[in-house]
Amino acid sequence: MVNFSVNGAKVSVPIEDDTPLLWVIRDVLGMTGTKFGCGIGQCGACTVHLDGEPIRSCLTQVSDVADREVTTIEGVGATKAGKAVQQAWLNLEVVQCGYCQSGQIMTAAALIAATPEPSDTDIDQGMSGNICRCGTYVRIREAVKEAAKAAAGK
Amino acid sequence: MLNAKSSAGGAGELSRRRFLQAGAAIGGGLLIGWGDTADAEPGSMPVAEFAPNAFIRIGRDGKVTVISPSIEMGQGTYTSLPMLVAEELDVDMSAVGFEHSPPSDKLYGNPAIGGAQITGGSTAIRGFYKPMREAGAAARLMLLDAAAAKLAVGVVELTTANGHVIHAKSGQRISYGALVDDAAKLSVPSKVTLKDPSQFRIIGTPVKRLDGPEKVNGSAKFGIDAQVPGMKIAAIAISPVFGGKLASVNEAAAFAVPGVRQVAKLDEAVAVIADHYWAAKKGLEAAAPKFDDGPNAKLDTADIVAALAKASKRDGVVAKKEGNAAAALGAAAVKLNSVYENPFLAHATMEPVNCTVHVKPDSCDIWVGTQIPSSAQLAVSEVLGIDRDKVSIHNSLLGGGFGRRLEFDFIVLAARIAKQSSDPVKVIWSREEDIQHDMYRPYYYDRITAGLDGEGKLVAWKHRITGSSIMARFFPESFKGGVDIDAVDGATELPYDIPNLLVDYVREEPPGIPTAFWRGVGPTRNAYVVESFIDELAAAAKKDPVEFRRELTGKSPRARYVLDRVAAMSNWGTPMGPRKGRGVALLSAFGSYVAEVAEVTVWDNGEVHVDRVFAVVDCGQVVNPNTVEAQIQSGIVFGISATLWGEITLKDGRVQQSNFDSYRVLRIDEAPKIEVEVVKSSEAPGGIGEPGTSALAPAVLNAVYAATGVRVRKQPIDAALLRSS
Ligand code: FES
Ligand code: FES
Repeated sequence: MVNFSVNGAKVSVPIEDDTPLLWVIRDVLGMTGTKFGCGIGQCGACTVHLDGEPIRSCLTQVSDVADREVTTIEGVGATKAGKAVQQAWLNLEVVQCGYCQSGQIMTAAALIAATPEPSDTDIDQGMSGNICRCGTYVRIREAVKEAAKAAAGK
Repeated sequence: MLNAKSSAGGAGELSRRRFLQAGAAIGGGLLIGWGDTADAEPGSMPVAEFAPNAFIRIGRDGKVTVISPSIEMGQGTYTSLPMLVAEELDVDMSAVGFEHSPPSDKLYGNPAIGGAQITGGSTAIRGFYKPMREAGAAARLMLLDAAAAKLAVGVVELTTANGHVIHAKSGQRISYGALVDDAAKLSVPSKVTLKDPSQFRIIGTPVKRLDGPEKVNGSAKFGIDAQVPGMKIAAIAISPVFGGKLASVNEAAAFAVPGVRQVAKLDEAVAVIADHYWAAKKGLEAAAPKFDDGPNAKLDTADIVAALAKASKRDGVVAKKEGNAAAALGAAAVKLNSVYENPFLAHATMEPVNCTVHVKPDSCDIWVGTQIPSSAQLAVSEVLGIDRDKVSIHNSLLGGGFGRRLEFDFIVLAARIAKQSSDPVKVIWSREEDIQHDMYRPYYYDRITAGLDGEGKLVAWKHRITGSSIMARFFPESFKGGVDIDAVDGATELPYDIPNLLVDYVREEPPGIPTAFWRGVGPTRNAYVVESFIDELAAAAKKDPVEFRRELTGKSPRARYVLDRVAAMSNWGTPMGPRKGRGVALLSAFGSYVAEVAEVTVWDNGEVHVDRVFAVVDCGQVVNPNTVEAQIQSGIVFGISATLWGEITLKDGRVQQSNFDSYRVLRIDEAPKIEVEVVKSSEAPGGIGEPGTSALAPAVLNAVYAATGVRVRKQPIDAALLRSS
């Protein structure tokens, strides 16, 4: 049994300790916004926040999140940075197929929370772990900038 | 490819087989669309009392639902097709929603792809530009008639705006929602008049994607997100060599993993079914399946290439002939000869292949994201031996298609696995399975020869294309003459004036590796060859690459215009630094014209970085400029991954690449700046999902030539050839 919280709600999951958080979130808790893309930490589709820090849920054992706070795409809109990123994504029409976008948004929200005024290089480096096969990168760059401004109240 | 047998798709032509129909929807409302219900595959009707088929459903609340014949895979179809309806219906986009269409060629077949329910080949707008507008216009006429009766006034006194019928004289307004029950009782007009483009309020304006909100808050549902009561999850291992067979499985070890419920063995694969994916995956590892490799056990890519090279010396089947290429070559002052090679490529859609199936005693439900719902339905009904109408396909958003989801191999496989279970089973392929059991873009081997006259003018052209025929498998009837119209698409109809031209095709199927369409299809493979070779000819003629092309485009003003624009936009001809270069490519395909200029830097270690790409697009009448720009950006990024690194190779019958570490794709820190200009045009709308990709490789590789003097005639780039000495 592993206890942790997801988007503010406490959960107790009877499951093997080595199960990746990704599959607990998707298959046990039934929250499908967090995506499977590669399973080896290459693509970022599975990004969630653990106590506010971005992590790869495909590589994080559920036992490692015991008693900690997990935030997923379903809950990130409740944070200032997450809300700003989602809005900027809509304003700039970032999404295409959308499959990578939960992970992109989680990474971007963590990026602007940590770096309120990201430079072009900060954005490229901070977002480089998230693959988008639809190639939405040009708009992601603009949207991160816009989100950072909005989150800073500019 | 798919456009070769395309038709304009207007009302007149449809009316032979289809006609507008309307009726009441269950729970009230108006349903309207093209088609003949009696004609439709059973089980394909939208929920409606008097079951007409439908593109449009209008509720009593005035909400308009567009049942989209083409699936959304990122290209923006679920916004652009509803825009066409909303334009003619006179409703605001905020009142419009979308739904996936159920399987039916008759109701949802694309007139630009021979009437099949296929999303592919950049045909959604080309096929449905008129039909969707006509459906909207017909619905509007019926609402007008219903209002006229209600108000006891003549229809001529009525107008429509923003979901209302308006009687200006009396100042009365009736919402569409209040009219749908009456309208549903009326017969459908046999003729509709479409708006003149000068009256467009929605078409051509940047409309926000209707699927945007759900894709930023995690609620969008892709195939992999299917959740069905009682569902189990399966992990799968398929014979690592194509054509191999399952030899043994340690079932006891699999069952020792907590959560494992079942081991499903197939001829060529094994699936472990469990409570969740991790248990399934661990169970599969414990099961340690062994396979008999079969006849392809020793196959290497080099064998396939050698066979293609040999086959390319056979006479091909003529795809296009103008003048006398052989004689003109004989008389040419300068003759050039090259061989170009396109590698096998995987699709690597962001959403790995998956499919959820519930096989019941005499029916079957399938939850999947597919570009081909109706043929998937048929294929599953055949493999399960049940009636087609007993197979329900619940389509979803696609986490990328690129041609991978034009195939039903994984749907049939999932059905064969689920057949062994009484529960619904979601089969999820690992990324490794996804890459190693894709159906690949074929390896192509092209021989190309051309001649210049004394003034450096292009007078002769011979192009032989050798490779797998996807069309022969996918659309056998199209292959009767022996020419694969996809394989030669982008090679036969060039934007250039060449007096003597011969293009032929040799079919040579590789053993042990399945082939399929890949974004940009024929034009992507051919544009690389043609536009690289044109660059070689320009160099041989000692002419500037833009100027050389420009002189050949006298008969293609649209091509010339995009070329001129991209040259201006990119400051073509201005100097660049050492190991930097600019390359151009011009494309006429998918009913659109695209010119791209790439700027690259070649690093000392031979790696190529694409710094900037300029693209000018003439895709005729633009429906949603937002999407056009996005698709060009998308196509460019997709093309860069392939040009720089994309390659699937076989060793001992096994695909050597497995995940994003060995099948590298472009990341944001490697992505160029991209500038897109869209030409204002009232020409027929062209496709936009693929041309951005098609023009990319030659633009980049011509830039590499400009930077280094090295001509890359085999993709992907071999960095060893480009190292600075
Ligand atoms: S699924 Fe976790 S990084 Fe790709
Ligand atoms: S939007 Fe499709 S993978 Fe990023």
